[in-house]
Amino acid sequence: MPTSSDTRWQCFMRNSTQREKNYTELNMASCSRTQVISLYRMLVKESKKFSSYNYRTYALRRVKDGFRENLHVDNPKTLDMLINQARENLAVIKRQVSIGHLYSAQRTVVEKEPHL
Amino acid sequence: MMNRTLSRKLLVSMCGICSRRLSFAQSAVNTVQNRELEKDELRPLYMDFQATTPMDPRVLDAMLPFQVNYYGNPHSRTHAYGWESETAMEKARKQVADLIGADPREIVFTSGATESNNMSIKQLQETIRPYTSLVSIMTVNNEIGVKQPIKEIGHLCRSRNVFFHTDAAQAVGKIPINVNDWKVDLMSISGHKIYGPKGVGALYVRRRPRVRIEPLQNGGGQERGLRSGTVPTPLAVGLGAACDIAQQELEYDHKRVTSLANRLVQKIMSEIPDVVMNGDPDQRYPGCVNLSFAYVEGESLLMALKDVALSSGSACTSASLEPSYVLRAIGADEDLAHSSIRFGIGRFTTEEEVDYTVEKCIQQVKRLREMSPLWEMVQEGIDLKSIKWTQH
Repeated sequence: MPTSSDTRWQCFMRNSTQREKNYTELNMASCSRTQVISLYRMLVKESKKFSSYNYRTYALRRVKDGFRENLHVDNPKTLDMLINQARENLAVIKRQVSIGHLYSAQRTVVEKEPHL
Repeated sequence: MMNRTLSRKLLVSMCGICSRRLSFAQSAVNTVQNRELEKDELRPLYMDFQATTPMDPRVLDAMLPFQVNYYGNPHSRTHAYGWESETAMEKARKQVADLIGADPREIVFTSGATESNNMSIKQLQETIRPYTSLVSIMTVNNEIGVKQPIKEIGHLCRSRNVFFHTDAAQAVGKIPINVNDWKVDLMSISGHKIYGPKGVGALYVRRRPRVRIEPLQNGGGQERGLRSGTVPTPLAVGLGAACDIAQQELEYDHKRVTSLANRLVQKIMSEIPDVVMNGDPDQRYPGCVNLSFAYVEGESLLMALKDVALSSGSACTSASLEPSYVLRAIGADEDLAHSSIRFGIGRFTTEEEVDYTVEKCIQQVKRLREMSPLWEMVQEGIDLKSIKWTQH
């Protein structure tokens, strides 16, 4: 059970899914570790908001695969570049999600329930 | 051979739908007009990536600023609006060039691959060398997905001093391209085939050795006089962004598309017999799967699969009811050519969509075959080719 003295990090660890726990094994400076994890969570959270089924599934898949692919990167320069790229992509996703909501269309046949 | 119109009438009357040219059956059956979707109706899945592709959200994001605030003419030399638009255009040009291994000075923005093709072919008439001719090959076929041996053809053309043009609309961003390796002199690129905007394309024109082409449109001398007309910055930026993304995602997309295509083909072929994949099994782009279902008419199957956006043959020729010239050219049986469907798989296709398509396809093929008298005869063991149909 999380206590008041738990760091945000430990709290996150307890509540995260197994997949997210794997990312803690990232071999890099500890200050970036939280950055990366929080970036990942934000990207996933925003990607889920796409109203288009195809864009939504693509964004979620690509984010997960992208982070998994770069799991063992330890060169700080590459890491910085990747983190910046991720931040830019997050901004793109946020904007495009809004546009998608403004111009949304009907659901496709494979979607089970109406998307929020 | 059973009378074509008779067999169509049979199928059509059973399916309760009619095609545009069947005037006999028109009065007798209910017509399903080509219509837009109702407001609450579920949208069909999109499996027609060869016809066109949705724009990648990253492309739209790159384009929008130029549709809203950065609206300057890229050829205006005297103010910031022009300068920023020109910078964006040149950046896009470099992105296109990088994807195909060319120099940015060798890229001309056009309105699409069709214009690029016309420009390339026209140069045949205005050539410096008296006996030059032009070879023009499609890199990846849009109907069956077959890849041509462009590198070999390029080397051959270079050795014979013949210009080589290729229409790479379906290949750009999907397979690795290098115009220098391939010894290509002219290459057409289409924006809307690579998740970019519609209405823009590019033409690669080699500088060394110089390829001279005559412009199709004359005017203010833009694009080094090769293609006058203001370059549409938002569209050019979109094309550039699409090319940039394609270069980054090439491997990832290719792997994914291959696995989805294999999944589709294996599932279908394991459930129903007498399915033929058109086109070479090895030298192909996996995302374009063209299957022929024997004893089933292509149009009927397409109509039956109304929840999936598919096509039989290419979109450019879909108005006519003739079987695809490509299938005829590869020597496919005429019956099989009429029953071919093209499944297009792209960057945004999901496993669920493939599974849904496969399930519906199998269901409908079985249903249509049950109605087919030819299928009945085949089940009884009659060899259709041995039948002597009498003339009426």
